[in-house]
Amino acid sequence: MSREDNSSWLKTGPHYWDGDYACAEGAIAAGCRFLAGYPITPSTEVAERIAERFPLVGGTFIQMEDELASMAAILGAAWGGAKAMTVTSGPGFSLMQENIGLGVMTETPCVVVNVQRGGPSTGLPTLTGQQDMMQARWGSHGDYEIIALSPSSPQECFDLTVTAFNLSERYRVPVMFMMDECVGHMTEKVVVPHLSKIHVLQRRWYRGKKERYRPYVPGKDLVPPMVKAGDDFRFHITGLTHDERGYPVINAACQSICVTRLVDKIKQNADRITILDEDRVEGAEVVVVSYGISYRVATRAIALARDKGIRVGSLRLVTVWPFPERRIAELADKVKCLVMPEINLGQVYLEMERVACGRCRTKLVPHCGGWVHDPEDILAAIVEGAKP
Amino acid sequence: MASLKQLCKKPELFSKGHRACAGCGESLAVRQVLLAADQPIVTVMPTGCLEIFSSIYPHSAWQVPMIHTAFETSASTASGVETAYRFHKKMGRMKEDVKFIAFGGDGGTYDIGFQALSGAVERRHKFLYVCTDNEGYMNTGIQRSSATPMGAHTTTSPAGTKIPGKKQHRKDIMEIMIAHDLAYAGQTTVALWNDLVTKVQKALAADGPTFLNVLVPCPLGWQYPGDRTIEVSRLAADTCFWPVYEFDNGRYKINHLPKEKLAVEEFLKPQGRFRHLFTHPEGKDVIAEIQRHIDAKWALLQKKAEVLG
Repeated sequence: MSREDNSSWLKTGPHYWDGDYACAEGAIAAGCRFLAGYPITPSTEVAERIAERFPLVGGTFIQMEDELASMAAILGAAWGGAKAMTVTSGPGFSLMQENIGLGVMTETPCVVVNVQRGGPSTGLPTLTGQQDMMQARWGSHGDYEIIALSPSSPQECFDLTVTAFNLSERYRVPVMFMMDECVGHMTEKVVVPHLSKIHVLQRRWYRGKKERYRPYVPGKDLVPPMVKAGDDFRFHITGLTHDERGYPVINAACQSICVTRLVDKIKQNADRITILDEDRVEGAEVVVVSYGISYRVATRAIALARDKGIRVGSLRLVTVWPFPERRIAELADKVKCLVMPEINLGQVYLEMERVACGRCRTKLVPHCGGWVHDPEDILAAIVEGAKP
Repeated sequence: MASLKQLCKKPELFSKGHRACAGCGESLAVRQVLLAADQPIVTVMPTGCLEIFSSIYPHSAWQVPMIHTAFETSASTASGVETAYRFHKKMGRMKEDVKFIAFGGDGGTYDIGFQALSGAVERRHKFLYVCTDNEGYMNTGIQRSSATPMGAHTTTSPAGTKIPGKKQHRKDIMEIMIAHDLAYAGQTTVALWNDLVTKVQKALAADGPTFLNVLVPCPLGWQYPGDRTIEVSRLAADTCFWPVYEFDNGRYKINHLPKEKLAVEEFLKPQGRFRHLFTHPEGKDVIAEIQRHIDAKWALLQKKAEVLG
């Protein structure tokens, strides 16, 4: 039972929070009022924080019987009109995959927080990893595009949770919020801005005539507006391939229209979705591309390399998916080498290598998980990459 | 029925030196269950406290083969192992009579592993499933499960100004398992060591799937001093908060009739997780509801033992 003053729903001001707490507060700030989850280390603190805070801010927290149920419950809540989120880690993320696909197919806005730990299987429950990045991209079956963000600090766990909700509302897609154990359990200063400084996007509701409503008629941006259960609309939501009315149509022609739009609404808006954080990239001979906690470690390696006189830039993937193909391709034409440290044996790196397409060297600095890189390992890759 | 003397002479199959908390009820239960077995045993255990405190290299407490499996699949993995054994036996490759015991906490049994358990017993795999029930997710830091009793404070059913702890009663897993037409099902707690050992022996001798639900007090999650585990466990039985009974070949039998059925407060008072009930404005009502629920369940059980005994 907390001794904290919980009288205000938004805790404007400076705090000393870990990433998990900051993520929970970010969700509250974004207007999330429904969370369904299941305990799993190292994400449990998000649910615990929410369980304590939601009764005071009018939200509903449900602890479900497993992660399948958690993911399905937030889809239901979203169709009931709520901003909804679930939170988990590796094994639970695996169990959620079928329903994440249902969320993609039914275009249900929601946020899935994955505080990554070492895998596969039970793996390293209490130690860090970035090994679910490809699972975030491809974990559910079928063709689809997804949005994934990766925060590097508790402050970003707050800020980017709000962004994650905004993106999920804007593009009607489950957004993967890919934290890692280090960021989740790292305690730092987190400043919660004043309400007026937090940009919160509300759901885009259908405003047309009731009788003309068809749930999957997209706007120019390929995203259809939404209605919610209880609003007296007649609508049909299904995981089957469906037409604009939402009714199942099981043939190749409808599949082509339905799935192509699901993919295109992300692909064609990729530049609007992508958030990158660049530092001294122009004129660099080597650029370190990183995300999450690996960015924090890379910062040290970059400083050491600059001391050696190497022109190193940093490109941080705040959004990892959709992959920033255009920017990586531009850089590949200009630099000698792109270096990527990640706490896995090469996942997002494969995308970088694909996009660079031989126009510059690419170097992976792998790590199996359980701890972060030694900056010296990243430095060695930078030095190697700077060679003519 | 076994005597302490006999049990003392048996080799410890769950050895000392593991890293459970002082006063851990679960470690006592596992030790007693394995002590009860007279045949070669193969065990299956999912992720949870038990895995963490008993099996992290180089400190394995297991003197029998043990397979660690995913959280929700103890009963499924046991199904596979048992089927392979039956096949080998049929082909004449194995002569020994091997028994299988799958463990699971209440989270892995009542919640996430329930589907696996239900499927395994419906397929009639011959194994004993032991639920070590400490009424919450203790390994992840004390969250509510569907075995958590009404009124208990956990980190996901926090007692505060708005809610006085968990709002729902726990799931009656025994009746759910009995509905699967089990060969044997029993409910007991670690204080009643003789009852537990007897139930394990009956279950292992039965022909078909069997189930044991063992209440294992958790000093950390229930918030009481570690030296009171046995006392708290006994209070659970003496208040009929935790009826000790069995379902053996269609017959109900109450195995522990308290000399005097104590009021539930006696069980609640020593535990910090219920502390707020004695100060919260809604606390009295919650305690009354817990008592009503216990009384109703106990009366029903007595009736069953009378009619189907």
